[in-house]
Amino acid sequence: MPVRLSVYRYDPESGADPRMQEYVLDMDPEGKMLLDAILYLKDRDPTLAVRRSCREGVCGSDAMNINGRNGLACITPLAGLEQPIELRPLPGLPVIRDLVVDLSPFYRQYRAVKPWLINHDPEPEIERLQTPEERQALDGLYECILCACCSTACPSFWWNPDRFLGPAALLQAWRFLADSRDQAADERLDELNDPYRLFRCHSIMNCIDVCPKGLNPALAIGRIKGLLVKRSV
Amino acid sequence: MNLRKRTFDAVVVGAGGGGLRAALQLAVADLKVAVVSKVFPTRSHTVAAQGGINAALGNVTPDNWYWHMYDTVKGSDYLGDQDAIEFMCRAAAQTVYELEHYGLPFSRLDDGRIYQRPFGGQSTHLGQGQATRTCAAADRTGHAMLHTLYQQNIRARTHFFDEFFAVDLIKDAEGYVLGVLAIEIETGEPLLIEARATLLATGGAARIYRTSTNALINTGDGLAMALRAGIPLQDMEFFQFHPTGIAGVGCLISEAARGEGGYLINARGERFMERYAPKARDLASRDVVSRAIVTEIREGRGCGPKGDHVLLRLDHLGAERIDSRLPGARDLARRFAHVDPVHQPIPVFPTAHYMMGGIPTNRFGQVVTPTATGPEEPVPGLYAVGECACVSVHGANRLGGNSLLDIVVFGRAAGSHMIEYLRENPFPRPIPASATEPALERLARWERPAGDERIPAIRDEMQRVMEDRCGVFRTGAEMQAGIAEIRSLRERLARATLTDRSRIFNTARIEALELENMLEIALATIVSAAAREESRGAHSRVDFPARDDDRWLRHSLYFLEGSRLDYKPVRLKPLTVESFPPVPRSY
Repeated sequence: MPVRLSVYRYDPESGADPRMQEYVLDMDPEGKMLLDAILYLKDRDPTLAVRRSCREGVCGSDAMNINGRNGLACITPLAGLEQPIELRPLPGLPVIRDLVVDLSPFYRQYRAVKPWLINHDPEPEIERLQTPEERQALDGLYECILCACCSTACPSFWWNPDRFLGPAALLQAWRFLADSRDQAADERLDELNDPYRLFRCHSIMNCIDVCPKGLNPALAIGRIKGLLVKRSV
Repeated sequence: MNLRKRTFDAVVVGAGGGGLRAALQLAVADLKVAVVSKVFPTRSHTVAAQGGINAALGNVTPDNWYWHMYDTVKGSDYLGDQDAIEFMCRAAAQTVYELEHYGLPFSRLDDGRIYQRPFGGQSTHLGQGQATRTCAAADRTGHAMLHTLYQQNIRARTHFFDEFFAVDLIKDAEGYVLGVLAIEIETGEPLLIEARATLLATGGAARIYRTSTNALINTGDGLAMALRAGIPLQDMEFFQFHPTGIAGVGCLISEAARGEGGYLINARGERFMERYAPKARDLASRDVVSRAIVTEIREGRGCGPKGDHVLLRLDHLGAERIDSRLPGARDLARRFAHVDPVHQPIPVFPTAHYMMGGIPTNRFGQVVTPTATGPEEPVPGLYAVGECACVSVHGANRLGGNSLLDIVVFGRAAGSHMIEYLRENPFPRPIPASATEPALERLARWERPAGDERIPAIRDEMQRVMEDRCGVFRTGAEMQAGIAEIRSLRERLARATLTDRSRIFNTARIEALELENMLEIALATIVSAAAREESRGAHSRVDFPARDDDRWLRHSLYFLEGSRLDYKPVRLKPLTVESFPPVPRSY
């Protein structure tokens, strides 16, 4: 059974408007992932621009909009997709070419939450201790692969990509707030306590729906809001 | 031509764990450091490392860096340099603690210390018991490490050139390396990055094989850059096949699966590793387990309708243990093998995984090469660490959990040495106009029509040749045929034309440059392998089944020009302890 794709094509050097291009691939979808079809296509049409690397869902390169929903091509089973499979770049960000978007606004917001451990104590000679329970608080947070599926599925991020941090960055903000070894909770909360940076989240929940790693940024955002409330009383 | 230029104290090519650890060392020393990476840093292949990082912390059972050193020397089949191995094993604990201080979310034991698990080839008391030495963040240790190191680099304000592809090293007539020429993938524009010290940390090249655990970006770019700069590649014949790639797919199921108690069975349901490694069984060294699997299959005891794989059983561990210790493996098995390891075994087959060889360096990360004046001298201004380098701590076979250790220990050491070198060499040397010409010509070649050969066809053929001719078991006749085939593919590549010559985000151009690199690595691998007439570590010759220390206890060096081979002695003398002399190796 052939695989039919409808792919967003945009070549900035041609001067032409973006268009959808139809492809029929003579390949058996059984047991394959969407990325297999894209690589098969790329070998036949080398002009298609797409990012890819690990091909097993851990590097976050091949995030795209698949039949209207953000996901990673490499862990999306081909057989389950309605055809023609419509492939578009992640929404809400400038398109560089075809399925490749400019992720710099996304990375800027990630950097803005100071995503690194802050601890002012002298370093011990061994590891800092952390109980299994304290460590468990980081599960569901540290696994983020920065694929941008969530933030680019978020209407609040579409409207305010410069001012709203977006679900991915907020998940990382919580990852450090939740770390028993981190000592910068107050500074972090001061910076988050802003009508745009944090409070543009309107609990639309698209982020949970699309996260290919099954993480829950909305819950993390709720936890940050909870901490702010707790701090103010 | 008006070539854009940026100037830094140091430039690091590659943003995996090795490159980022070195960059961090330089950045916190207040040096101006740039990291050039063809992908956004957290897409680098370190992210896929699963099982963990070895360090004799002794958190679970008593342990000692000396035992770790013994295991590493033995694991290397005595080809590893014992000074570098002692240095690495001694530095391991401190380096792991440092990562923890940076925020790496290690899994924890009940007493709050870093979780450690058993791994293959790791013993206590010099081969007596099984050690519990591999520090882990569930089975996502590489991911946790890479993100942590990236985070620390942002904090330290390292300058990142994301999605810039390094084309070639820039050298002057005296042999000093003065930086790299790269192209910005987004615009297709070349950029000269000038630096007084350059570090190659570009990772491995297992994409020269058809079935590989490696990311698609693992094309050995830095190795080929070194070759073109006249630097040899060391021990390229030693390519590790990981015992448990998902059969037919290649995705890796971590050795942690066996470390946590999983085991392999053949079609008769036998735990066949008991026959090959009576003591260590499923936790024997990787080369031993991979050979055992291939032997089982060749002798007709493979599983499945085609008898072409064996099975990895985890179901006896229970869902809770699997979810807490091996969540990534469960996820990969479900997605790619369509089995849930809580209930069903995973079909596995040895899969191209890791290159023990690479750019020769000393334990400070300095690239070293034979010169007219001596057997080995540092190349001024050039460093290499990680899988693209050969220091050599892995020798003929790497132990699981030693590659994450290698990248951070030597990334740190190289960074420190570069700081010294930069102090001693405070002024940039002039870049002669001619120095950038070869790199620019390498780019210009792909702007010209050359014939009707196509890149994907040549790549597929190379991968097939390497798999068929230079796999787990090798023979001289097969490899000679393979050498001829790779050479003819090189000729075909010279007749290939890029059909898309656009500038903006032209990935077809990048893939052409990558294939040029891979073909050189493939040739280096198979030429070095055909010459080594013995079996040692991962290099198993059917026609020379025994290790031959008299003739072959030495490192090979492959030079691009004429595919010439040279050899150099193994450094058997450690830094402070007694040497471990080569003895027969059994597990």
